[in-house]
Amino acid sequence: MSEGDAKLRKIVYSIVVILWIFAPLYLDNYWTDVLNNVALYAVLGLSLNIILGYGGMFHMGHAAFYAVGAYTTAIINTAWGIPVLWLMPVAGVMAGLFALVVARPIIHLRGDYLLIVTIGMVEIVRIALINNVFGITGGANGIFGVSMPSVFGVTINGIVQPGHFFYLITAFLGITIVLFYLLEHSRFGRALKFLCSDEVAAEGSGINTAGYKLAAFVLGAFWAGMTGTLYAAKITFISPESFSFWESVVMFMIVILGGSGSIPGVLLGAILIIGLPEIFQDLQQYRLLIFGLALVAMMIFRPQGILPPKPHRYPVEDLDESEVAL
Amino acid sequence: MSLLEIKEVTKRFGGLVAVDAVSFDIPEGSVFGLIGPNGAGKTTVFNLITGNYKVDNGRVRFAGEEITNRLTHRIVKLGIARTFQTIRLFANMSLMENVLAGYHCRMRAGPISAMARLPWQVREERRAMGKAMAELDFVGLAAQARNVARNLSYGNQRLLEIARALASNPRLLVLDEPAGGMNEQETASLVDLIFCIRARGITVLLIEHDMSLVMKACEHLVVLEYGKKIAEGLPGEVKQNPLVIEAYLGSEDETDDF
Repeated sequence: MSEGDAKLRKIVYSIVVILWIFAPLYLDNYWTDVLNNVALYAVLGLSLNIILGYGGMFHMGHAAFYAVGAYTTAIINTAWGIPVLWLMPVAGVMAGLFALVVARPIIHLRGDYLLIVTIGMVEIVRIALINNVFGITGGANGIFGVSMPSVFGVTINGIVQPGHFFYLITAFLGITIVLFYLLEHSRFGRALKFLCSDEVAAEGSGINTAGYKLAAFVLGAFWAGMTGTLYAAKITFISPESFSFWESVVMFMIVILGGSGSIPGVLLGAILIIGLPEIFQDLQQYRLLIFGLALVAMMIFRPQGILPPKPHRYPVEDLDESEVAL
Repeated sequence: MSLLEIKEVTKRFGGLVAVDAVSFDIPEGSVFGLIGPNGAGKTTVFNLITGNYKVDNGRVRFAGEEITNRLTHRIVKLGIARTFQTIRLFANMSLMENVLAGYHCRMRAGPISAMARLPWQVREERRAMGKAMAELDFVGLAAQARNVARNLSYGNQRLLEIARALASNPRLLVLDEPAGGMNEQETASLVDLIFCIRARGITVLLIEHDMSLVMKACEHLVVLEYGKKIAEGLPGEVKQNPLVIEAYLGSEDETDDF
């Protein structure tokens, strides 16, 4: 990677960020709402990226954790009226606990086996929600009347005023990007990448591979659960159909198409998978066909994704000689 | 005092007894060789020490602590590091990152301290980077720290594996056929490297069938055949042992090496 490349990338990122931040000023409500969805899926994609991108675990049931977060928020909010944004950590913890329980027995499964089990998991969650298992999920109709979030006394109506919700979700997306960037280049992120690259070598180098896989699941689920809160607060009613297997597939595609293990890649993936079909709405019934063909072409010509991760440049030249010690 | 004690260790794969009641002690500070013809069970013994296989019978003690059937990463943390017979590097990662993998068990930052960017976490990262550079320098690969592991030559990949193992600050380093695929010059510098490792106070267990390397580097040898220990002693003695000569007769070129 040359200096010029890095400079160009900085310029492109800055332009995208500026365009994004001022988007509600030049877009109408419909398109702002499209961006809200893009941001929502970007956060979901980033949370799945911890499991699928860094950890290399084929997890296609991420919508289950999203659902646990959204339902936790909806149930507690409608029952006791606790403000929705306060419920974000609660939803995250519930989703994380759920992940801990379901992932523990399946964590040793590899590749396609794990994939099938996680598909089963997300279907079980959806069917359990439809059948109203504990009598608290509202069955197939779901839960209505989740209150809207309010920030500093301003109520954010995600349906009528998507511009307001836009800044809420953008703030969450921004925080997520910064935190996950720090995570990626830390001991934790490296450990996941090691076990993704070669599990036997990782264990042999002293990395608790089973523990880290489980931790990746819990952290990814925690974040998906918090995103579930924002989703419930945005549309104020939730139903099992919002958390179908297809949702999991969409999140999976965002990560794989954009570039597994790469934060810019996942963000681009969210823009392409969520935003692009809206642009091609005129093509009506053909758009899914084009979409499918594009995915097939991608997998053939660029299987690593559009923006695969770049190796991290460790600032070794900043080290003092005294710091280079055995 | 012996650093590693192996007592009557047995491992069966179905009906095959791969390792049959093998015992030996590795004294601290030595370069110890485990040799034998192909299929003698050397690598199996190795995998029993490092916890990759479960021991069926017998005990393994390290520095006075029972480590039989412990999890591999815990054994590494206690101070046994290894390399692999078939090179297992993180091929698409930089040399720096590969070596950081070894230092992982001596760090403690978790996800929360990383996301909060706590000052001690930043210092720890810096210390890890310094340690990794020092280990790369030790094996002579510091100039290529940013290179990607898969771009290295075969011999250098072996050296990188050794650097990664050393980064975990081991007391015992177990090398599984480190000279495999190396030319004579590389093997000669490997012998020097092994002496440098011992000079750091690290005990070395060498599993090898390149006799020239074993005879030069090792102070003490154990010979395995069909999973049984057939000889033990100084390299000079073992070389004269009729059982050992017979064991190696099956393979012409290795007899020549003797």
